[in-house]
Amino acid sequence: MKKTHIIGIAIIAIAIMIIMSTAGDASTYVSFDEAIELAEDGSETKVHVVGRLKKDEQGHILGMEYDPLVDPNLFSFVLVDTNRYEQRVIYFNPKPQDFERSEQVVITGSMKNDVFVADKILLKCPSKYVEKEIQQTTTASM
Amino acid sequence: MINTLIGDIGHLSVIIAFVAAIVASYAYFMASRTTGADANSLNSWKRFARVAFYVHTAAVLVVIFALFNIIYEHRYEYYYAWSHSSNHLPVHFMISCFWEGQEGSFLLWIFWHVLLGVVLLNTGKKNKEWEAPVMAMFSFVQLFLTSMILGIVIGDMKIGSSPFILMRDFMPEAPAFALDPNFKPEDGTGLNPLLQNYWMVIHPPILFLGFAATLVPFAFAMAGLWQGKFGEWIRPALPWAHFAAVSLGIGIMMGAYWAYETLNFGGYWNWDPVENAVYIPWLVLVGAIHTMIAYRRSKHGLRASYILVIASFILILYSTFLTRSGILGNASVHSFTDLGLSGQLFTYLAAFAVLAIALLIFRWKKIPTTEKELTTYTGEFWIFIGAAVLCLAGFQVLTTTSIPVYNSFLGFIGIESNAALPADQIEHYTKFQLWAGVAIGILTGIGQLMWWRKADKSSFKDAITMPLMLTLLFASLVIILSNRFDVFDFKLDNPVYITLFVTSLFAVFANLSIILSLLHKKVSLSGGAVAHIGIALMLLGILFSSGYSNIISDNTSGLLYSREFPDEINRDNVLLWRNTDTDMDKYVVSYHGQFLEVANVPEYVNKEVLFRTRDEYTAIARADIKIDDKVYFKTGDTLELPNPENTYYEVSYKNRKSGETFVLYPRAQVNPNMGLLASPDIKSFATKDLYTHVSSIPDPNEEKDWGELKEHTLTMGDTIILNDYIAIFNGVEVIKEVPGVPLKAGDVAVQADMKILGEKKEYHAHPLLIFKDGMAGYYPEIIEDLGIRITFLNVDPASEQFTIGVNTSQKDYIILKAMEKPFVNILWIGTIVMSIGFIMAITRRNQEGGSKKVNTKPARKAEKAQVA
Repeated sequence: MKKTHIIGIAIIAIAIMIIMSTAGDASTYVSFDEAIELAEDGSETKVHVVGRLKKDEQGHILGMEYDPLVDPNLFSFVLVDTNRYEQRVIYFNPKPQDFERSEQVVITGSMKNDVFVADKILLKCPSKYVEKEIQQTTTASM
Repeated sequence: MINTLIGDIGHLSVIIAFVAAIVASYAYFMASRTTGADANSLNSWKRFARVAFYVHTAAVLVVIFALFNIIYEHRYEYYYAWSHSSNHLPVHFMISCFWEGQEGSFLLWIFWHVLLGVVLLNTGKKNKEWEAPVMAMFSFVQLFLTSMILGIVIGDMKIGSSPFILMRDFMPEAPAFALDPNFKPEDGTGLNPLLQNYWMVIHPPILFLGFAATLVPFAFAMAGLWQGKFGEWIRPALPWAHFAAVSLGIGIMMGAYWAYETLNFGGYWNWDPVENAVYIPWLVLVGAIHTMIAYRRSKHGLRASYILVIASFILILYSTFLTRSGILGNASVHSFTDLGLSGQLFTYLAAFAVLAIALLIFRWKKIPTTEKELTTYTGEFWIFIGAAVLCLAGFQVLTTTSIPVYNSFLGFIGIESNAALPADQIEHYTKFQLWAGVAIGILTGIGQLMWWRKADKSSFKDAITMPLMLTLLFASLVIILSNRFDVFDFKLDNPVYITLFVTSLFAVFANLSIILSLLHKKVSLSGGAVAHIGIALMLLGILFSSGYSNIISDNTSGLLYSREFPDEINRDNVLLWRNTDTDMDKYVVSYHGQFLEVANVPEYVNKEVLFRTRDEYTAIARADIKIDDKVYFKTGDTLELPNPENTYYEVSYKNRKSGETFVLYPRAQVNPNMGLLASPDIKSFATKDLYTHVSSIPDPNEEKDWGELKEHTLTMGDTIILNDYIAIFNGVEVIKEVPGVPLKAGDVAVQADMKILGEKKEYHAHPLLIFKDGMAGYYPEIIEDLGIRITFLNVDPASEQFTIGVNTSQKDYIILKAMEKPFVNILWIGTIVMSIGFIMAITRRNQEGGSKKVNTKPARKAEKAQVA
């Protein structure tokens, strides 16, 4: 019986390790204020920030820069988080093609020298279904 | 005219299937009673239940027929056809439409359950004994599944989402239906372009077959607990457990291959919750197979088998809940849209979890165990360790994938939680899964050797010496070759990777030695060894292709931010101007323009040769289309474009050292709903894949900035400079026929002929000027390669002078990402080997399970004799 017990204990120990490491690696959704605080404390942890693109009254996006002819691996934009804090974000990859149409943007990364360096961008686009409905009604009315 | 009949038939059949499932569950339950009923009554209940199950089967088949008919006949009055299909979709993709939607995929799952149920009813005498309790579980599951597509509203409660809903009921506010309630859209909105791939025709059915097949061992386990036949269920359930594992395994790997070929994240596995949700039950199921096999030989591990079989089924339900309830929200890119079924899905999950766990706890004490202690020199001991490793690996993925669930749960009980998935998922999962792989490599080797040998120290030493020596020899050879002599594209010098490499190699050699020793005894027993070699090869393939994946499109230009963020930057994408050579790693690459697929032409055709018409799907040839001197179409022929939305970008590679050249056609389409959908093109070498995809293109919806129009007045033979290129004006001719423009008497069409000397070749431009009904029409010629647009503006017949207008623009470009994946082929080969091993094991276990006890006893003795 002894061996079984040792193995049982080992399995439980590993399971606990797994839970601890998951808890340790799990990221959090934060606002830019918190992201800045984290960076000031010297933490390198990567966080998730949810926000919207900065737009003027006509709905044009402001502060978005991407010139592939100068540098195809540099895309920069301004994200407004839920506290309406505006922050410049840079992303060392080409601009996602449907970026302008996104309603909500989730970025992963951390603050570095006044800019947020994102290494992942997740776009939430308006639901496929809403879009379809609009198309439908226009063709229908023709 | 809209056809409501087919939908009504379908909907009615769903209801019949649902009711029949209730009846069958109840009747099978009554037939399963162990006390207080005589054999006659049990038998009549069983017969009645069987009828109910066949009624259910027939109803399900009618539902499938109705839904497929709606898609196949383009009945766009139905929302399902309209939102998943379109007129131009080929038949094989219509099959994919069927399961693109949630309702259809439920239907597929239901179908497999029905089919497996019918197979169980009609095969094997053993199965007859188990029929009542096993089919009671089947019918009970079907009850829940058919309820998902029921589409009935009772009071405020919506039960299920029907695939037979009409457009006018789905969007009653649309003005079209106010004008005409019988309005029927002309065309559907089409199948998601990423799913228009042959793997997507076959991957979902196989995956769902795996889903469905996990029900069989679960149903047998529950039947065993219920009827008090605690150990007997293992024998008939074992081949099914193998079948479920191999279907799930192949399904997962097909999905991985599809992702590799179609998506552009640069690999086959992304640790997306949707992928993880199938990986976890697969690991647990494979663990269950191991404990079941151990039980078959030595009566050890019955309780573990119960736990793992039940867990694998519950995890399948959990993964269904995760991917379909919308709970993943931001965490996944490709979960289904929420149909408001989360309550129903949760009930399904909870019902079976509670039922199974309660029954297990209730019967726990009665499950027989052996008091025999397992020594370290038995195969069983190592099998249990292996199963534990598999489960722990599954547990890690489960804990992390469930993070969004914790948030929802905490939110539900009023605690705000903002936990997110790890920022670097690959690192997070790898740091455990890699070591699980190492453990599995060692355990498959040692465990298999122990299993097939006499259980003592010296015999084991004999068995392990050879594989161990071969491993060390081969491993050192590869390590030296890769580090000292640069034989491969990578240096195998990372100690962690070396560990995985050595252990996987050991697994291959140890299992090979087992196959060799079984060769002259009974090859059919070697299924396990073959499957283990497959797994070890897969581990090797993953190690090299992911561990040493190398991005070769490093950009050297554009150093705007590099001083500020020196360690941050991976300049993974390179800009390629059209027709300009660019150095990239050991290649010279060049982009040559946009191509389209044309029906009946074996290669892609340059867009410049195609005159696009109003109909997207047809074009007119502007020049002869020929490949290797064979003319496929002549100028003016009408061509069919099967996939006009997909543009292929021709990228040529030239190896600077060897001079070898090849051309790749990465694909992209700008989808109005989904943005740029880029798919890679892959060049396979013996030792690696070269994976290339377009990561950005100039926005095709943005009008090109053509600059100012410059006019030139020329006479025949004049030479001018256009955008730095020499151009010669050869003259004009009057032409009789213009493709796509009907000419009447009195209309005149004049065509100019210009020759432009580009860097690489000559270009001929033929701008047209048409005088039609007293109006001048201009048909300019665009030479994308040079960024020039030439318009023929005027003719002065008196002085023989001609005016042309020239605009210049920026040249066309693409942004490209390319990477090398060493030995990714080993992963695919390993998958095939693993599947073969599983199939061998199924055949063997099936023969064993199907035959009567009397027959199997000598067989098992023989097996033991071989083992010894």
